[in-house]
Amino acid sequence: MKKLLIALLTVVPMLALAAGSSVHLDKANNDLTDKESLKRGFEAYLNYCLGCHQLQYQRYNRTFADLGIDEKEGVANWMPTGEKPGDHITNTMPAKEAAKWFGTTPPDLTLEARFRSPDYIYTYLHSFYQDDSRPFGVNNKVFKDVGMPHVLQDLQGLKTIDEHGNLSPATGGTMTAEEYDAFVRDIVNFLEYVGEPNKLEREALGYWVLGFLVILFIFSYLLKKEYWRDVH
Amino acid sequence: MNNFFAWIEKRLPLMDAMNKHAAQYPAPKNFNFWYVFGILASVVLVNQILTGIWLTMNYEPSGDGAFASIEYIMRDVDYGWLLRYMHSTGASAFFIVVYLHMFRGMMYGSYQKPRELLWIFGMFIFLVLMAEAFMGYLLPWGNMSYWGAQVIISLFGAIPVIGDDLTIWIKGDYVISGATLNRFFALHVIALPLVLVVLVFLHILALHEVGSNNPDGTDIKKPKGSVPPEEQSKFKYHKQYSEKYDIVDAVPFHPYYTVKDLVAVVVFLFFFCWVMFFAPEGGGYFIEAPNFEPANGLKTPEHIVPVWYFGPFFTILRVVPDKLFGMITMFAAIGMLFALPWFDRGTVKSIRYRSKAHLLNLTQFAISFIVLGILGTMPATDLANMIGRIASLGYFGFFILLWFYSKNEQTKPVPERVTG
Repeated sequence: MKKLLIALLTVVPMLALAAGSSVHLDKANNDLTDKESLKRGFEAYLNYCLGCHQLQYQRYNRTFADLGIDEKEGVANWMPTGEKPGDHITNTMPAKEAAKWFGTTPPDLTLEARFRSPDYIYTYLHSFYQDDSRPFGVNNKVFKDVGMPHVLQDLQGLKTIDEHGNLSPATGGTMTAEEYDAFVRDIVNFLEYVGEPNKLEREALGYWVLGFLVILFIFSYLLKKEYWRDVH
Repeated sequence: MNNFFAWIEKRLPLMDAMNKHAAQYPAPKNFNFWYVFGILASVVLVNQILTGIWLTMNYEPSGDGAFASIEYIMRDVDYGWLLRYMHSTGASAFFIVVYLHMFRGMMYGSYQKPRELLWIFGMFIFLVLMAEAFMGYLLPWGNMSYWGAQVIISLFGAIPVIGDDLTIWIKGDYVISGATLNRFFALHVIALPLVLVVLVFLHILALHEVGSNNPDGTDIKKPKGSVPPEEQSKFKYHKQYSEKYDIVDAVPFHPYYTVKDLVAVVVFLFFFCWVMFFAPEGGGYFIEAPNFEPANGLKTPEHIVPVWYFGPFFTILRVVPDKLFGMITMFAAIGMLFALPWFDRGTVKSIRYRSKAHLLNLTQFAISFIVLGILGTMPATDLANMIGRIASLGYFGFFILLWFYSKNEQTKPVPERVTG
């Protein structure tokens, strides 16, 4: 057993070497229990993202309930286009037309945080820079030749890139760098929530289940000991 | 009430069967840690069947609806997320316990005479399990589901003459489509589980016919009349065993191993639930990230790799430069396991009393297998392929070497009775 472990420990680093490297991502440090942040993220998403990116698997009323928004208030303030509370969070952009405008249909983002990771989205929204060769005048460092414009450019301003691939601080935005970080973090937080609305419930239930199993272990162990007394 | 049971018993001897297979079944008293994985595999099998039934109630097997119906289960069905994670975590857990169960058999020689058929049934279970997992993996209709199936099915295209027609026949279409999904669904939820349950039944019957091996590889059933009564096991066993043999070093399976296995099941469930509740994606290995994007025939995931449990065999396939020969090698790798009882020409079962050479050979086999598994989840670079070829050599080498040295192996004396 010991020999097996030693041998494995020498082999595994070689395997890591064989795998190669990946892109560096900044930490989002978002907090799913922060409901105010989730609400701000929800609002930002509706204002800046939903026009193109649907959340077709997530319902409005579920979102209201989980974020602690009263349903009547929610309908009045957050659903301007007259859907029913149980409707999915969708837009009316025609998919075929959109593919013509952007080169590809803007993807649904319900599961984006699980597909990519919260850190990826956080880094992505910080990685736009000026590139006049692109249709919208911007490119992205973590998603090369991305089809979308920098929707948050008014807020963040615009970065430029030097010949080493380093981005300069953004200029011309209405937010400071710190305000923009917090704004993006809220959106990321909301997208992580939407990716798996049951995540907090899952973990909360998990502690009860593990606790139960620990108690069951004690009793089953004692039972086993009692029975095996007459074998030994 | 007693009359009722007697009436039943006369027509269908249920109590007799229970005694024969549980309450009066002689199990060696020296089972160790490695002997829990058979029970754990049964627990996972029951979990897969039950959660599968409930998932089927809300799953929609169609190209248009499958992906959305999974998200419907995850969000709108009461505790649907729990059912789905129990099933997805169970799939990986199944292979973990089955691989350990198989390794136990290799360590203690549980495949040797007279348990060859038992081992063969086990290998068929493993084979059907792989098919079951492969078909099930297509059902969420995520992008990795799609491309994983694409890669594996295209292998059959390497077969000369009939290859291309065969892949179309499997897919039911020229590309993987809703038609493929539908037939995989049918096979996954009814055909293969039926076969699996029948095979498990035969596996257990075959086990109880020849009796359980143990970590010492000794026989607990001695010829009738060869053991003085005071040295025989003091428990009552079913007449099928006790009339033919003198039984030593045994305990009845129930209650001794039912209570012992209960402890193992609880410990297993602890780790199972830990993963399920706190890391259901299993670090991206149990549920792969690209599968959170719907199947898209026009968009290939960055690295198409199979789920981790196919890793070892996928690597063997991949490191062979020629596609057809690679596929033959991969199936040969599984074939070697089937033939293991005949590769091993030795008579000493347990690793405890076999030669140093065998210990080293089995150790290098385990390392090769794990390395092949790790490589299978990584992109194929030149270095990875080279390591993979060495590990493949180790995998096949185990069987070849075993055949040579097992004939005249320097073994230690095997004790008459179990130790500890």
